[in-house]
Amino acid sequence: MSGETEKLIRIEGLIFSYHHEDGTVADTVIDNVSFDIEKGSFTAIIGKNGSGKSTLAKNINALLLPAGGAVYVKGYDTKDPEHIWDVRQTAGMVFQNPDNQIVSSIVEDDVAFGPENLGVDPAIIRQRVDNALEAVNMGKFRNKAPHMLSGGQKQRIAIAGVVAMKPECIIFDEPTAMLDPKGRREVMEIIKELHEEGITVILITHFMEEAAMADRVIIMDSGQVKLDGTPQEVFSHGKELKEMSLGVPMAVELAMRLRDDGIDVPADVIDTEKMVEFICQYR
Amino acid sequence: MIRDITLGQYYPGDSVIHRLDPRIKIIGTLIYIIALFVINKFVGFAAAVICLAAIIKVSKVPLKFMLRGLKPIFFIIIFTFVLNLFMVSGEVVAEIWIFDITREGIYQATFMAIRLILLIIGSSLLTLTTKPINLTDGIEHLLKPFSKIGLPSHELAMMMTIALRFIPTLLEETDKIMKAQQARGADFESGNIFHRAKQLIPILVPLFISAFRIAQDMAMAMEARCYNGGDKRTRMTSMKYKKADAVAGILIAAFMAMSIAVRVFL
Amino acid sequence: MSIQVKNLTHIYSPGLPYESVALDDVSFNIEDGQFVGVIGHTGSGKSTMIQHLNGLLKPTEGSIIVDGIDLTGEGVSMIDIRKRVGLVFQYPEYQLFEETVAKDIAFGPKNLGLDEEEINRRVREAMDLVRLDYDKFAEKSPFDLSGGQKRRVAIAGVIAMKPEVLILDEPTAGLDPKAHRDVLEMIVDIHRREKNVTVFVSHNMNDVARLCDKVLVMNGGKCVLQGTPKEVFAEADMLRSMGLDLPDVTQMLYELKQKGVEMPDGVFDIDEAEKLILDYIRGGKSVD
Repeated sequence: MSGETEKLIRIEGLIFSYHHEDGTVADTVIDNVSFDIEKGSFTAIIGKNGSGKSTLAKNINALLLPAGGAVYVKGYDTKDPEHIWDVRQTAGMVFQNPDNQIVSSIVEDDVAFGPENLGVDPAIIRQRVDNALEAVNMGKFRNKAPHMLSGGQKQRIAIAGVVAMKPECIIFDEPTAMLDPKGRREVMEIIKELHEEGITVILITHFMEEAAMADRVIIMDSGQVKLDGTPQEVFSHGKELKEMSLGVPMAVELAMRLRDDGIDVPADVIDTEKMVEFICQYR
Repeated sequence: MIRDITLGQYYPGDSVIHRLDPRIKIIGTLIYIIALFVINKFVGFAAAVICLAAIIKVSKVPLKFMLRGLKPIFFIIIFTFVLNLFMVSGEVVAEIWIFDITREGIYQATFMAIRLILLIIGSSLLTLTTKPINLTDGIEHLLKPFSKIGLPSHELAMMMTIALRFIPTLLEETDKIMKAQQARGADFESGNIFHRAKQLIPILVPLFISAFRIAQDMAMAMEARCYNGGDKRTRMTSMKYKKADAVAGILIAAFMAMSIAVRVFL
Repeated sequence: MSIQVKNLTHIYSPGLPYESVALDDVSFNIEDGQFVGVIGHTGSGKSTMIQHLNGLLKPTEGSIIVDGIDLTGEGVSMIDIRKRVGLVFQYPEYQLFEETVAKDIAFGPKNLGLDEEEINRRVREAMDLVRLDYDKFAEKSPFDLSGGQKRRVAIAGVIAMKPEVLILDEPTAGLDPKAHRDVLEMIVDIHRREKNVTVFVSHNMNDVARLCDKVLVMNGGKCVLQGTPKEVFAEADMLRSMGLDLPDVTQMLYELKQKGVEMPDGVFDIDEAEKLILDYIRGGKSVD
């Protein structure tokens, strides 16, 4: 396979700025960012509020258009109005607030909304809706009203709505920020499963524990990419992360302390499971 | 309390009424409403009550659930009743302070109250037995002929879909904001009308801000899901008239005929 | 200042077919100056319980005694209760409504019927407590602030009522790690300076373990467990069976124990865990 075809998303020197109401001054939110996303990968983008991570996500989905540089999704320039629907169908998006992205008062009708917009044949929509609801374990709730569901369930419906559009990539914009721990676990479980089924996942989050599940972590701060690598590589920069007001998972913190104490903890100990495995070697 | 409102809510079910084509139900409800205004004698209402009771029975929506929906509008019913009671002149049967209660007043007030109750129950039956999405689909279809003269039928239907979706959310939000302001010592229960109206500001401002935030988020989420107006859209469920719809149509026509007959011949 | 909750029961829609028992015979005591954590998953009765402490809900049965006064008793006015017990709801920034930060914070004190001078004094004090510079923020619109700042304004609005008991329902929900830390630090600081009782409802077990003197565990409308964080988090199996998380450190030690590595229960502090693990590795102890 050639390297070119594997790259689902290419971001080249992206610059984005919001204009003030008077139209004169502008805040640069994204400042010359470039990276590629490979097909089938799982990338976590981390940064504190105002770091530009959500703005970046919206640029990939053509909800926002670059002020400078370019974003290509499956080869389509997001600025090209001809292909805007191809871009959005390829790279679906799930937002933070589960309530404010569900259109219909019946679960299955909401899931059908995307495919309907794409003009898919009714019989195929039916099939896709059923499959998507099964994929998020919400088949039983197809006829329920969204406001009767828990936050985690609502967010899974929102995910099903995107899955039914058959995207190659799903961008999750802080999907668990408003959920309780149970909802958070449910949603992360679904994200993992979707990735295993071959969907390219971009997860915007500020939870380091969630980032540990990805195979690539990008740290953003003041509109720029500060760190980019595997979770191991990124978490090994503990001090820099703290300077950017980001924490590290407990296991990483503990591993760092143990290394300072002279214990040779391998670099891949980045979550509790691996830490437990490591300690058990001394049993 | 605020969540008890069933008006505009859907009661899931699989009755014959639930399965009727939404278009026939909308037209039926419109005809029913017109009939209520055609009827000018109690005997006509008696017939309407029987028909309505039969439909409720068939729909399998619990009566209790329907009546609960009446609670919030109870005030309006009482208000119209009292208004009619005092405002109609005729043979005086009782006097309260400076108001006269007339025989005609009692008749008129009772008549209007029954009409209002039948109107509300009948039209809530439409929303209780029809999925909101089908309801808006039905409206979209019925309005389609008018789009030739510039009526944005799809956009109207979409707006209604979203409004229906967010009614419960906004009610919940209202409940939350009220409690939060109460915790800050706000008092919504005492004082004169002017004071109470002023106390609404701490509820209404956050509520409007919420609504705008929802609108903004929704617009973005819909765009992300490739919403681009109604032109190229398909629908998961298409509407087709069935035999039951034809029967329903005949029954509705019969009801209308009966109402006219009552007015003309009795 | 102390709180006694005795046999508190609350039934929603009693007598109707959809009646539901939200609180079932809940009893606990809170001592003067305590920082109390309340944990339990969504729907466990936490929020029904805290709304009782503030008089927003009336108990079906039982009593709530704050500083010797029974809140459920006859002749206790709502204003009296709210002077004593302040409640900050989840996402409190959604309740802001005034044109300026100062006016919004003044809403509560005004409702208490205080005079102008006292109100101004309290607004300044509350802003100082939530670490918002008065000169910089007082005349700003609350809607022009960042998420974390809005939340501070909302918390200040309750603090300005000078409650002896401050209840916070998930005060850090939805905040990023930095704002999360800042808000928590601020709450601890307020607790220290105001010498109030703080009731802290949270899903974040790390925060609860670290900050609280006492923890109440709610499940199915009952208060199933109470004690110091050490006592409560020692009951790992019970908490897990209720679908609750453990603090990260406790969770790790629990997993180690499952694998046969002997570790003490109820440890949540990373310094302590570091020492335990170092000892273990260096000692090369074997349990078999």
